[in-house]
Amino acid sequence: MAQLNINGRSHQVDVEPDTPLLWAIREQVGLTGTKYGCGVAQCGACSVHLNGEVVRSCSIPVSAVKPTDRITTIEGLSKDSSHPVQKAWAAIDVPQCGYCQSGQIMAAAALLAKKPKPTDKDIDEAMSNICRCGTYHRIRAAIHIAAGRVTAETDIAASGRPTV
Amino acid sequence: MKNTTSSKSVNISRRQFLVGSAAAGGGLALGFHLPFGVSTAVAAQGDGVAEINAWVVVKPDDTCVIRFVRAEMGQGTRTGLAQLIAEELGCDWSKVTTESITAGQNLARKRVWRVMSTAGSRGIRESQDYVRRGGAAARMMLLQAAANQWQVPVGEVSVTAGVITHAGSGRSTTYGKVAAAAAKIAPPDEKSIVLKNHTDWKIAGKPLRRLDTAAKLNGSQVYGIDLKLPGMLHATVKDCPVYGGKLVSFDESKVAGMPGVKRVLRVNDSTVAVVADTWWRAKKALDALPIVWDEGPNAKVNSASIAEHLKSGLTSNDAFADINTGDAPKAIAASAKKIEAVYSVPFTSHTTMEPMNCTVKLGADKAEIWIPTQNAEASLAALSSSSGLPLDKCEVYGLDLGGGFGRRIGNQDVVRQGVAIAKAFPGTPVKMVWSREEDQAHDFYRPIAQARLAAGVDDGGNLTGLHIRVSGQSINAFANPAAIKDGKDRRQLQGLWPQPHDAQIGYTHANLRTEYAMRNTHLPVGPWRGVNTNQNGIFLECFMDEVAKLAGKDPLEFRRSLMSERPKHLGVLNAAAEKAGWGKPLPKGVHRGIAQFMGYGSYSAAVAEVSVSSKGEVKVHRCVFALDCGNVVNPDQVAAQIEGSVAYGMTTLHSEISVANGRVVETNFHNFRVMQIAEMPKVEVVLPLTRDFWGGVGEPTICVVVPAILNAIHAATGKPVRSLPLGKQGLTLV
Repeated sequence: MAQLNINGRSHQVDVEPDTPLLWAIREQVGLTGTKYGCGVAQCGACSVHLNGEVVRSCSIPVSAVKPTDRITTIEGLSKDSSHPVQKAWAAIDVPQCGYCQSGQIMAAAALLAKKPKPTDKDIDEAMSNICRCGTYHRIRAAIHIAAGRVTAETDIAASGRPTV
Repeated sequence: MKNTTSSKSVNISRRQFLVGSAAAGGGLALGFHLPFGVSTAVAAQGDGVAEINAWVVVKPDDTCVIRFVRAEMGQGTRTGLAQLIAEELGCDWSKVTTESITAGQNLARKRVWRVMSTAGSRGIRESQDYVRRGGAAARMMLLQAAANQWQVPVGEVSVTAGVITHAGSGRSTTYGKVAAAAAKIAPPDEKSIVLKNHTDWKIAGKPLRRLDTAAKLNGSQVYGIDLKLPGMLHATVKDCPVYGGKLVSFDESKVAGMPGVKRVLRVNDSTVAVVADTWWRAKKALDALPIVWDEGPNAKVNSASIAEHLKSGLTSNDAFADINTGDAPKAIAASAKKIEAVYSVPFTSHTTMEPMNCTVKLGADKAEIWIPTQNAEASLAALSSSSGLPLDKCEVYGLDLGGGFGRRIGNQDVVRQGVAIAKAFPGTPVKMVWSREEDQAHDFYRPIAQARLAAGVDDGGNLTGLHIRVSGQSINAFANPAAIKDGKDRRQLQGLWPQPHDAQIGYTHANLRTEYAMRNTHLPVGPWRGVNTNQNGIFLECFMDEVAKLAGKDPLEFRRSLMSERPKHLGVLNAAAEKAGWGKPLPKGVHRGIAQFMGYGSYSAAVAEVSVSSKGEVKVHRCVFALDCGNVVNPDQVAAQIEGSVAYGMTTLHSEISVANGRVVETNFHNFRVMQIAEMPKVEVVLPLTRDFWGGVGEPTICVVVPAILNAIHAATGKPVRSLPLGKQGLTLV
């Protein structure tokens, strides 16, 4: 048994102590927005916030998580998709298949919490999440929009994307 | 288009539909993807919901539910098809929702929704005509219903954004109000349907926001891996790591007592599964399970032996010639200057972010599967054959895919495995999910290939002849041998074909020969975004830069001199060069490369700007693309696909699938390095559309990404890059 504080609610989960936090979140708590991609902390699809820091939940056993630790998943980032990162993602249609985007959004939200106006270099260093659809171009743009550096309109105008 | 279904029967059948409703108009309402049952949005409406035809259902509140069967795997086809139908329908775009149809529904209605397969960049180009006709027919029926109600000629009524008006009397009504009457009207004669000219489009052709974004921002999108069904069990599998090997035995007693384990079972000749109450417990038990494999005859195969096998095909006598104009070898031999080069491209994997999975429930007279599939009808056929139940007792609920790229199209291996496992648990749904390691080790890889290219130039720097010999693995030989006619597998020369319209070579010359020698390996191969245009684009376009250099010509000018009979190829080449500022000064240390190629009915060209440090660090700064796909439905989503093709293509600069002791070496992201955001260049797109055809979008540009970058590296270093990944040349992508 373990006690997990997820999105402000306490959950008793009946798992072995070595169970990765990812699978406790997905299978016991039932929040499936956090994804399995590699199981070895390489791809970032499983990114959640642990006490405000972005972590890769596939590689943290539940035994390492204290009942007082605050875990935030994509479902708890905002009540109504109103977090600036979610709004920026929507404004320029960042997702394609969308599978990696929970992790991308959690990583971007953690970056902005620390650095409200990140540079391109900050983004390069903080955002190591993998996307196979190749939405990187828009992820970068959306982070700048969320940071208030540009608006969605000016980004679209400057993006080199075509209009017909 | 056949349409005889009444609104009443639709209400019944709709309850069985897999629902893919998405919030319209980019608002805050959430899209729900329910695994089964009825759409919450539709159910709330109750009766009065009218099916006008297969494509269009109208609700009393004027919501237009647009339905189709192509898979959505991120490429934006759902939004694009909705735009095309809504355009002809003349409805209010903010009131559009979408619904996906199951394979069983399509079959039950004699395939009224037509082809479900979503591959080959066909989602839009090969359905645009009939879906637009569907939208137009629905509009005609809705207008006729209003005209009947008002007892005026239909020619006197018109519609704007779902509001029908009769100018003469000033009366107006809405689609929702006349839908029930319209559903009873006979569909119009096909010949009477006139599609709008693109110059009149208000919804199609516009960079509208996608319909499926909202659910992908808050965790509510349900992928196959996320599915929950009552009483569901979880499974994971291990197939023999060496292809062609067999499962000899496993010691179930070692894991039977582990938490949650229900069963360990043989899935097929080479695969074992653990079934447990959760996936993690199944995975842990499978990792602990002692397994004995018979690795079989391929256990000694490695990348070096495969390379030797392919090399033999570069000079062998078993090749066939596809283009054989003039006498290329003779013309080259007689040339003032000549050049020969050997290129090689390794296997690579699809590596969808969502690993392979499906959920199967088998009853005595019903087989059901929930699966992310690019072809629900192929999944249905596989479900039927492996369950032993007839097609009409089978159903496939296709979920939006966490990546496809060709992995989830032809070979329905996942279905067969899922059914074999579920047979042990009649009546209980079993979700099978592969580990990443299993996914990497049991893909249908992009074929490995080599090419020997030879060319000559005269004293004036003019090409005298070009001879291309491709040697490599055949997709058809593995997946569809019947497609090989007279022993000539022309598919492996995709992009080098002389015939127009699909994947035509962009150059003509009096002495030109293209050849293919088949050299298969034990690894299974399949279509990978762009398929054979990937390696053939590299071979031809990188070698063209080598020949241009020998001729002392600018790479763009040299290409142009061979393209006078290929105006569309030339059109995109010129457009990319102009947008990129070809010939204009660049910052110190930055160099350009250019490439053009054709695939999937569209014409692509790219210019890459690259610098290479003294340590061999390759930085791609900017890529400019020109794509002529004839017509465009959503230019912003076309740009998204082009941006995506850059990342998918550039990963092949980092990584390969190699073979040691018969098995795949790169089993997770630690040794199959996928490109990250730091390496992503700026991407710019121009669409010089010629409007007289409909080409693909998802795949065409990927075949120019890598050659444009490699040509820029060549320009920077003075050395051609003839094999991938870049690490083989002492280069690293940064």
